[in-house]
Amino acid sequence: MYQYTENDQTLIDERVAQFKRQTENYFKGELSEDEYRALRLRNGVYIQTHAPLLRVAGPYGLISSKQVRKLAHIARTYDKNYCHFTTRQNIQFNWPKLELVPEILAELATVQMHAIQTSGNCMRNTTSDHLAGVAVDEIADPRPYCEIIRQWTTLHPEFDYLPRKFKIAVSGALNDRAATQFHDIGLHLVKNDAGEVGFKVFVGGGLGRTPIIGQVIKPYLEQKHLLSYLEAILRIYNLFGRRDNKYKARIKILVKETGLEEFTKLVDAEWAHLRDANELSAERVDELKAHFASPAYDLAADTDTSFAEHKVNDKAFATWLAHNTAAHKVSGYTAVFISLKAPDMPPGDVTDVQLDAVADIADAYSFGEIRATHRQNLILADVKQADLYTVWQKLAALELATPNIGTATDMICCPGLDFCSLANAGSIGVAKEINEALDDLDYIHDIGELKINMSGCMNGCAHQSVGHIGILGVDKKGAEWYQITLGGSSENNAAIGERLGPAVAKDEITKAITTILDVYVKNRLEEETFLEAVNRLGINPFKEQVYANN
Amino acid sequence: MQIIKDKQRVDNTWQFIADDAALVAGDITVSLDRWLQDRADLVAHNGKVGLRLKASDSVADFAEDLANIKLVELDFADFADGRSFSQAWLLRGRYDYKDEIRAIGRYLPEQVFYLSRVGVNAYATEKTPDLDAVLNNLNDFTVKYQSSII
Ligand code: SF4
Repeated sequence: MYQYTENDQTLIDERVAQFKRQTENYFKGELSEDEYRALRLRNGVYIQTHAPLLRVAGPYGLISSKQVRKLAHIARTYDKNYCHFTTRQNIQFNWPKLELVPEILAELATVQMHAIQTSGNCMRNTTSDHLAGVAVDEIADPRPYCEIIRQWTTLHPEFDYLPRKFKIAVSGALNDRAATQFHDIGLHLVKNDAGEVGFKVFVGGGLGRTPIIGQVIKPYLEQKHLLSYLEAILRIYNLFGRRDNKYKARIKILVKETGLEEFTKLVDAEWAHLRDANELSAERVDELKAHFASPAYDLAADTDTSFAEHKVNDKAFATWLAHNTAAHKVSGYTAVFISLKAPDMPPGDVTDVQLDAVADIADAYSFGEIRATHRQNLILADVKQADLYTVWQKLAALELATPNIGTATDMICCPGLDFCSLANAGSIGVAKEINEALDDLDYIHDIGELKINMSGCMNGCAHQSVGHIGILGVDKKGAEWYQITLGGSSENNAAIGERLGPAVAKDEITKAITTILDVYVKNRLEEETFLEAVNRLGINPFKEQVYANN
Repeated sequence: MQIIKDKQRVDNTWQFIADDAALVAGDITVSLDRWLQDRADLVAHNGKVGLRLKASDSVADFAEDLANIKLVELDFADFADGRSFSQAWLLRGRYDYKDEIRAIGRYLPEQVFYLSRVGVNAYATEKTPDLDAVLNNLNDFTVKYQSSII
């Protein structure tokens, strides 16, 4: 993975010093609440219900074992022994003390980590495919481009005070695992007829209050124009994005109100001034590619036979393999999911003890690298098949091997009312209740691929509108209610879920979900996934059953 | 009143003339509206003329006239309105403007490093002690990822 140069290190060290001064000035009363707010957000600090929340960047999801140990240390020293992985491949601490945040950031800087631009109205952490570099369906590795974009977006002097937050995602595979069509800018690596890698550029996608699917603004952008084109889009957005209404300030609204055609003209006119002056050189790209060269794979890894034996002899292992692993481009290797969705843990939460142990496992069996996924799990991307059994046993002992990846209990869930001051309703408790209702693994496996996403308010941090089942917390006269949607998807067939009907009360939400699953099981065709069934059947059969008694 | 210009404290020699006030001799700044309306008078003015831009003003509206404009003030009504940053960038990067660009109004001394990188070279502050903060914060970073405008 990318290793900092001296310049990178200096930059984050200087950022820490700057934020330390800002925090001191705030406590001295020299910065107002409002002024400090803008500055602290750009350093990952939110103030929420109980305490500040610190969001640390996981650049396109990659974290080293050393960094994971540092996260464990911070959880232990400054927090309540755990942290939380978000849907944007970032890491959150829920209980740090504000005055200690500069100190925490200084600790993070010692392992090349930071919290720069993880919140606020600026360019956020670039996200990508959690299987980048190992996926079997990869066209080109997105990580070098992600790093180029990470550097370009970091402390960009012109674009740090945008109308609203701005998110860029990059996918290099045939199957989009980075929800690129729901980002302000989504980039797909594609090849032209000559076989050269370039970008298909989507613009104006987004979730939140007004979910919109991104539109193609450039079917093929040459690699060398990447940064000049991004600059053109950002300048048009910075100048013309709405600043009068925070709910209409995202670029998706600008694109919608301007119209794609007109918006494209504006961008192209701006770009015409920039494209020749600011080319990204092939040497620079190659330099970055070298940082992401494949590790030293054992080319005889697939000759191991113990793996097949374990699979036959240990049913639990076989079940875990079937659900918690993904194919790897190198024969004899497998990508292993670490499930952060054990039934008794809030989705995405992980303890200091688990983190330390995961770092050890990564060092021993996966080249010391860990990845964060968009569904709040972790991945060990390069495990040899001969090691799978051991890795599974170790993970199981840590309660990190619940075989539920991609299934109903692999829910994504925001912190909701338990932590977030914006929440209308709880989400962690509901997730737990649904988990308890679905405690039969065979049933879960029979239902198969299912994405349940639950957010505590319209901001939609858990992407409920693209969940196959989306659950949205709403406030009804001070009580917690839940709006259900069906049929959303953030993959290639991007779709926004359709509302099932009126919101349901808190004591009925779990029943509603199990009813929906029952309808699916009764009506599905052979091999038909939940999403396919919803698309074929429409929402009526589900609606009838869920509201049958009302 | 003192300001920071090119990393030095200097006396401010300019005054802003409100749209409904009569012009006075000496170096003055006016709004873009006034410039567009009274251009002929202003070009003939006895003294230098500059513009005071709102974040919503378009640089393209006066870009052809930059030879006549000896100061551009970027007037921040709200420090979070980032359009002024693009205005500065366009003035320097697109239109090759060489004279003074000054940040005024409600920007934060915490923002001056970024401002300097998009081409702002002078800073007026609402509170005098902030001049020191400006000088200090111009050195917040010794490294950067993107190319700067100057
Ligand atoms: S969706 Fe709402 S409740 Fe949940 S974390 Fe986001 S803002 Fe908070």
